[in-house]
Amino acid sequence: MSVLVYIESEEGKFKKASYEVASYAKEVAGMMGTSVTAITFNAEDVSELGTYGVDKVLKVSNEKLKNFNAEAYSDAIKQAAEKEGSKVVVLSQSANSKYLAPLLAVQLEAGYASNVVAVPESTDPFTVQRTAFTNKAFNFTKIDTDVKVIGLSKNAFGIKEVQGDAAAEDFSPSLSEEDFSVNVESVDKATNKVTIADAEVVVSGGRGLKGPENWGMIEEMADILGAATACSKPVSDMGWRPHSEHVGQTGKPVASNLYIAVGISGAIQHLAGINAAKTKVVINNDPEAPFFKAADYGIVGDAFEVVPKLNEKLKEFKEKNA
Amino acid sequence: MKILVCISHVPDTTSKINFTDGDTKFDTNGVQFVINPNDEFGLTRAMWFKEKQGASVDVVNVGGAETEPTLRKALAIGADSAIRVNTPATDGYQVAKELAKVVKDGEYDLVIAGRESIDYNGGMVPGMLAQLIKANFVNNCISLEIEGEKAKAIREIDGGKETLTASLPLVIGGQKGLVEESDLRIPNMRGIMQARKKPLNVVEPAETATKTEAVKFEKPAPKGDVKLIDPDNLDELIDLLHNEAKAI
Ligand SMILES: Cc1cc2nc3c(=O)[nH]c(=O)nc-3n(C[C@H](O)[C@H](O)[C@H](O)COP(=O)(O)OP(=O)(O)OC[C@H]3O[C@@H](n4cnc5c(N)ncnc54)[C@H](O)[C@@H]3O)c2cc1C
Repeated sequence: MSVLVYIESEEGKFKKASYEVASYAKEVAGMMGTSVTAITFNAEDVSELGTYGVDKVLKVSNEKLKNFNAEAYSDAIKQAAEKEGSKVVVLSQSANSKYLAPLLAVQLEAGYASNVVAVPESTDPFTVQRTAFTNKAFNFTKIDTDVKVIGLSKNAFGIKEVQGDAAAEDFSPSLSEEDFSVNVESVDKATNKVTIADAEVVVSGGRGLKGPENWGMIEEMADILGAATACSKPVSDMGWRPHSEHVGQTGKPVASNLYIAVGISGAIQHLAGINAAKTKVVINNDPEAPFFKAADYGIVGDAFEVVPKLNEKLKEFKEKNA
Repeated sequence: MKILVCISHVPDTTSKINFTDGDTKFDTNGVQFVINPNDEFGLTRAMWFKEKQGASVDVVNVGGAETEPTLRKALAIGADSAIRVNTPATDGYQVAKELAKVVKDGEYDLVIAGRESIDYNGGMVPGMLAQLIKANFVNNCISLEIEGEKAKAIREIDGGKETLTASLPLVIGGQKGLVEESDLRIPNMRGIMQARKKPLNVVEPAETATKTEAVKFEKPAPKGDVKLIDPDNLDELIDLLHNEAKAI
């Protein structure tokens, strides 16, 4: 009756969030006195999953599942959960996992809690803490069904390494034509760019930067820190930056370790999306900007003077600590 | 084409969030309610189908009588009729199950919902609904074109986009991008007058058991004061980020 965890991979390589969901599954399995089974799709070498608490890996190898497909993946995970008698299924909160989790929950007749940020408060009754009101509050949700589906927020639990070996087993779920009735025609991914969802550091610019031509210094900082770039809503609305960079209540959520906001006022809708970031740095020339109330570190100053200087200092720091 | 737009009735984005009854209930005191922003993009896209391709557009909400002004606003924006399933929304599954009944009874070809509501952020109703009625489903939808029975959708993925095709019936979880912000419609006087005469049908719920329960709420712990750093002493910031926050 192991805890089942869906391990995401891209071109055969595991995503970092997968190690976190595995670590979390291990903790939940410990609370319930059981083991962890992982399911992977077209991943080659799965042995390293043992290091993150996985006892057994169900390896699905199927050319048809090369591209993510919510319905087919959900069907396969459902069959794995049934085969293993899993009472708890853990997923990340990536775009793909958020796509398939509700389908899976219906198939398993399971209650689903999304945006979970901690290990269960108790496993009987099964109660988890999740964010609500776009990070302005937490909500404790009790799941009443026999089988539970948990979506774990990024960076909420962390990665915990353990000593262990994962045994691999081939698994061939039976898939039907209906599983493929939504067809992926093409995938358009920005390569070699860190995404907001995966980034440990996010550097973000607001209307205070005056225009798209001034983003060079933001990109430079992101380059130095290996960070993703982001922006406030008006910036993407005006077309200075792509929509995909808009963070906040109506944009993307940020759960990075570090969030650096330059020329952003800190409106409530913006803060809602970045509350989950661990450390927040604000650079703004207005000492009254609301963002200073939400920030850990603040610099009151003109972005056009501070950022180039800061970039030089960061470069020196990186060179010294490389 | 028959389109159903799911409308969630949520606290305005600037609302202060508080709880009552020993932190077990959301405090609606002084809170302004609006159409969920993700649903508003979907509603506008539905209007576009109606005007450019010919379609009927109904809106639906699962909730008590207090959500009717939100449904009237959707009618004023241009929906043809509204349905309110007369029961408080208590869990994503329960809402999806009620919506599934409305979709079946109304034989809708396309259901547009928002990728998530900004109150409980469950992100589960559209997907659960699709699964319950065995319709195709596209989440995080940022573009949708329909020709006959065929739909072409673009969805946002982490770090990019994906183009998908599927046949109707289809459910989408929509968001900004489905239409531009500047295309969103504000009800005008004529729309508001017409909305008063449009049907708002109240239907009774099926007996649906919930699967989860929100037992209590908590606000994040108050944050310590910001540490201000002199712009002429950026070394201090780097030192704090490295040694104190361990963020670089
Ligand atoms: C329904 C709804 C949903 C919304 N959702 C979101 C959302 O998801 N995300 C979001 O971001 N917003 C959202 N908003 C908008 C939000 O209310 C704010 O308007 C927006 O966040 C402001 O962006 P900004 O801080 O970049 O711009 P501004 O408010 O214009 O602030 C610019 C800041 O830059 C500072 N500045 C100016 N010049 C300099 C300089 N030279 N150096 C340093 N600082 C400088 C100013 O002091 C100011 O604080 C939403 C609004 C609504 C109504």
